[in-house]
Amino acid sequence: MSNTSIMIVGVGGQGTLLASRILGNTLTQAGYDVKVSEVHGMSQRGGSVTTYVRFGEKVWSPIIEKGGADIILSFELLEALRALPYLKPDGQIIVNTQQIDPMPVITGAAEYPQGIVETLKAQAKVTAVDALALAKEAGSIKAVNVVLIGLLAKNTPIPRAQWEETLRATVPPKFLEINLKAFALGYEQE
Amino acid sequence: MKPQLLIGNAAVARGAYEAGVRVVASYPGTPSTEITESIVQYPDIYCEWAPNEKVAAEVAIGASIGGARAMTCCKHVGLNVMADPIFTAGYTGVNGGLVIAVADDPGMHSSQNEQDSRHYAEAAKCPMLEPADSAECLAYTKAAYALSERFDAPVFLRLTTRVAHSQSLVTLSEPEDAPLKDYRKDPAKYVMTPANAIRRHVSVEERTLALKAFAEETELNQVIGSGAKIGVVCAGISYLYAQEALGDQADYLKLGMVWPLPEKKLSDFVQAHETTYVIEQLDPFIEDHAKALGLRVIGKEAFTLLGEYTAAMIRAIVLGVNDAPAPKASPVPVRPPVMCAGCPHRGTFYVLKKLGLTVCGDIGCYTLGAAPPLSSIDTTVCMGASIGAALGMAKARGPEFAKKLVSVIGDSTFIHSGITGLIDVVYNKGINTVIILDNSITGMTGHQDNPTTGKTIRGEATKQVDLELLAKAVGISRVRVVDPFDVKAMEAAVKEEVAADEPSVIIAQRPCALLKYVKYSGHCRVDADACRNCRVCMKLGCPALTVREGRVVVDPTQCNGCGLCVNVCPFHAITKEAE
Repeated sequence: MSNTSIMIVGVGGQGTLLASRILGNTLTQAGYDVKVSEVHGMSQRGGSVTTYVRFGEKVWSPIIEKGGADIILSFELLEALRALPYLKPDGQIIVNTQQIDPMPVITGAAEYPQGIVETLKAQAKVTAVDALALAKEAGSIKAVNVVLIGLLAKNTPIPRAQWEETLRATVPPKFLEINLKAFALGYEQE
Repeated sequence: MKPQLLIGNAAVARGAYEAGVRVVASYPGTPSTEITESIVQYPDIYCEWAPNEKVAAEVAIGASIGGARAMTCCKHVGLNVMADPIFTAGYTGVNGGLVIAVADDPGMHSSQNEQDSRHYAEAAKCPMLEPADSAECLAYTKAAYALSERFDAPVFLRLTTRVAHSQSLVTLSEPEDAPLKDYRKDPAKYVMTPANAIRRHVSVEERTLALKAFAEETELNQVIGSGAKIGVVCAGISYLYAQEALGDQADYLKLGMVWPLPEKKLSDFVQAHETTYVIEQLDPFIEDHAKALGLRVIGKEAFTLLGEYTAAMIRAIVLGVNDAPAPKASPVPVRPPVMCAGCPHRGTFYVLKKLGLTVCGDIGCYTLGAAPPLSSIDTTVCMGASIGAALGMAKARGPEFAKKLVSVIGDSTFIHSGITGLIDVVYNKGINTVIILDNSITGMTGHQDNPTTGKTIRGEATKQVDLELLAKAVGISRVRVVDPFDVKAMEAAVKEEVAADEPSVIIAQRPCALLKYVKYSGHCRVDADACRNCRVCMKLGCPALTVREGRVVVDPTQCNGCGLCVNVCPFHAITKEAE
């Protein structure tokens, strides 16, 4: 069996680290060899953040290289476009349609690209969802990450119950209900 | 036990726990910080954040002499700070095992240079191990303690960012019983006067010979593969990249111990292969030694000295195979890191930019004050350099220049090595203005307590260094505390202090917006009717303020309601809204 590579991208502060923890723990429980790689520090301060998750029978490198991702899970539109060169030719993109302006756009030095979803669709299989709206529906805009994990979960061979079990083990009890609802809203998206 | 996912740093901490380590002292530094943070979960281990790496190393050395297994952890540039005690600990040797975990940062994800720590092992004449994944992080840490006590040497454990911060599967074991060793007064070993050190140097050279012999036989250095024509010599993360790229098309000499090198094993491996590559990120460390032995290897003539390697790069160089072209994307705007919404430093840099001052900067979140639109910082060198560098600039260019110059330095960085610079300013009659950006935490590395926060690494209350009193005690008469969000007061304070004919310290005091006890609420709103579109607020470089269809708007998903923009708007067009 060849390895599967999932790349999670977003903006520092969006909760990509929790998403990768849930993903990594679920895959471990499912019995795979798993490697998860992310960079802490400077990149957390509102910059682009990237997490690589690789699993299979035996994983060597923890890094996903250009053209190597089976799935890109993007927490933000522009970051999906930035990550596009990392997608395999037959890969899939799951993207939150939220727009967060980077500093060069804020200062007027650059423009936020238009029509990103269309650009992505021209080159890949794309699921675009307003995860922020779904997170609000679940009860907290902070649950965007778990909505997206729900979307991702549906595209993996791991049963739903196993994901929910990891959520129970990872999320503090007082936020569990919101997170389970956020997961369900993501999972049940068409 | 079932394997679990751990980042390399947490696996090093687990290894220390399983090896019976009793004392860990460090200063935070990405990508090494989580080693010491993970030690906190083991209540029987004494651990501390020291004021800087030099003190941390001295604490660990003292603990080792006192008979305990001890550890100090740092990033590559932190090793420079602790080099002085470590080089001499190489002479004294150890009592309880002593391990220095150092994390290099190829690609400079979070660092000011890309130095290669392996040179320190050779220079300090101490062995160095280098794990490739989390399981090896745990195993090699334990091996390092055995080695340290067997050879009476401090042992380096070298990580790189991808090893320190990648998670892979680890199986835990029960801790070893490593009792406190007896302490006996032994000045010939531990008092490094010239007469004693001359004798110790002889032992050090004998030890290196013994370690070279050990390197030939240890399982840390292993040959993997079965007779491929291509040989690859590598260590750490490069081994994983090489396996990913080449698989069984190559044989590997994987060095778990990168100093001293197993010269015979290396020579035998090279001679058994038609072509041998040395694949190592950063400097040609293994390669230069191989070439000095007269071995024919290919290294930096094919591989770059810069940044991180990839499997694709290795495939292209070694096999001449280029991967299929990836999907094309047009250039997209970069998204550099920025000061967070609510960051207390923003108010200070807004003022410094407005006044057009020359700013000597330092290491911390506030280094981001160099980026547009705040664009304030002129220099950043190393921890603590803002004050010494500004004194030097002032001495070079005279008092008129000094009156348009400030140093900015964080609370933790000031304690680390800024205080010595400030003493130099006082002692040598500088007139510099130093702004201590006191956000009540060590921010950039992810919120570690420090001597100014009043809490230990375990969150216990302790004496708090009073920055105001400290500045006064070294001879600064002009010391004032200002809230950087009160931009008018901040501007007035900076103007007065730079104009003064004596040195001054401004403590810009407001806690980091990400601290749990900081409770900003709601978010700000721009009243479109009152807004004259002057864009003064946009000079703050706040990630929550942006322009849509020609008008300034607040992105409520980014705004935390800190209210700084309310303070700077000249037309009172920005207001706070409750949640």
